[in-house]
Amino acid sequence: MILFSLIVIAGTGGELCVSRAMKVVGDAKSFRPHEVGRVILSALCVPWMWLGVGMMAIAFFALLAALSVFNVSFVVPVTALSYVAGAFGSSVFLHERVNRQRWLGVLLVAVGVTLVFLGNH
Amino acid sequence: MTNQTHFHLKTFLPIAVMIVAGPLGNVLLGKGMRQIGKLPVWPPSRLIQAGLSIFDSGLIWLGIASLITFFVAYMLALSWADYSFVQPASSLAYGVVALLGYWVLGEKVSPLHWAGIAIICLGVLIVGRTTPRTTGHG
Repeated sequence: MILFSLIVIAGTGGELCVSRAMKVVGDAKSFRPHEVGRVILSALCVPWMWLGVGMMAIAFFALLAALSVFNVSFVVPVTALSYVAGAFGSSVFLHERVNRQRWLGVLLVAVGVTLVFLGNH
Repeated sequence: MTNQTHFHLKTFLPIAVMIVAGPLGNVLLGKGMRQIGKLPVWPPSRLIQAGLSIFDSGLIWLGIASLITFFVAYMLALSWADYSFVQPASSLAYGVVALLGYWVLGEKVSPLHWAGIAIICLGVLIVGRTTPRTTGHG
């Protein structure tokens, strides 16, 4: 339970921090290696990126520990609890407007993932 | 109109990479950790020792490489579109994880599990029909 909480909370928190960092960096102009490299280097100069990477590292080791005990098809759906945290976090923390249609999509994804979870028991 | 098409293309290409590289990474990590076995939690010295031994596995490194690919694609997608669009849109990865778990690792996937995946895809379709970006940049 602790492992799954760590995966969800640290993972979602990390993703929100990375997203905030990428909004500071701005748009990537193309897929060229030079441009991709520039975006990565710029992102590394933003403190939010390091906080995000640190939290994602914690989530990663929690994921490894969970995978040492449970099946991939069980562990990955459980991590989808992050959709609930992510939708709330992005509207509150990143001030993104999550409209009704997107909430419906996120809700359906969450219901589907819950069925996947139940289907494994 | 052309700009809109270009915007959608450059948003969906990294999402496609995420959908393949993310699950592949998870499955490789799962296979690697299955070989290593359950990690000891106590005492901490044994946990650290076991934690370091994880990185002796080639499968773990392949999984990490795949997840780094996922992460770069994720960063690119986030630079163009909202987090609340990118995260649900990448949830097709749940279907890919189940398929890979079933084919590669021989995991059991029940009918309820597949039904859940179908609902996830429906949710993704609905999210995919909304505008990828709702906030201004810079």
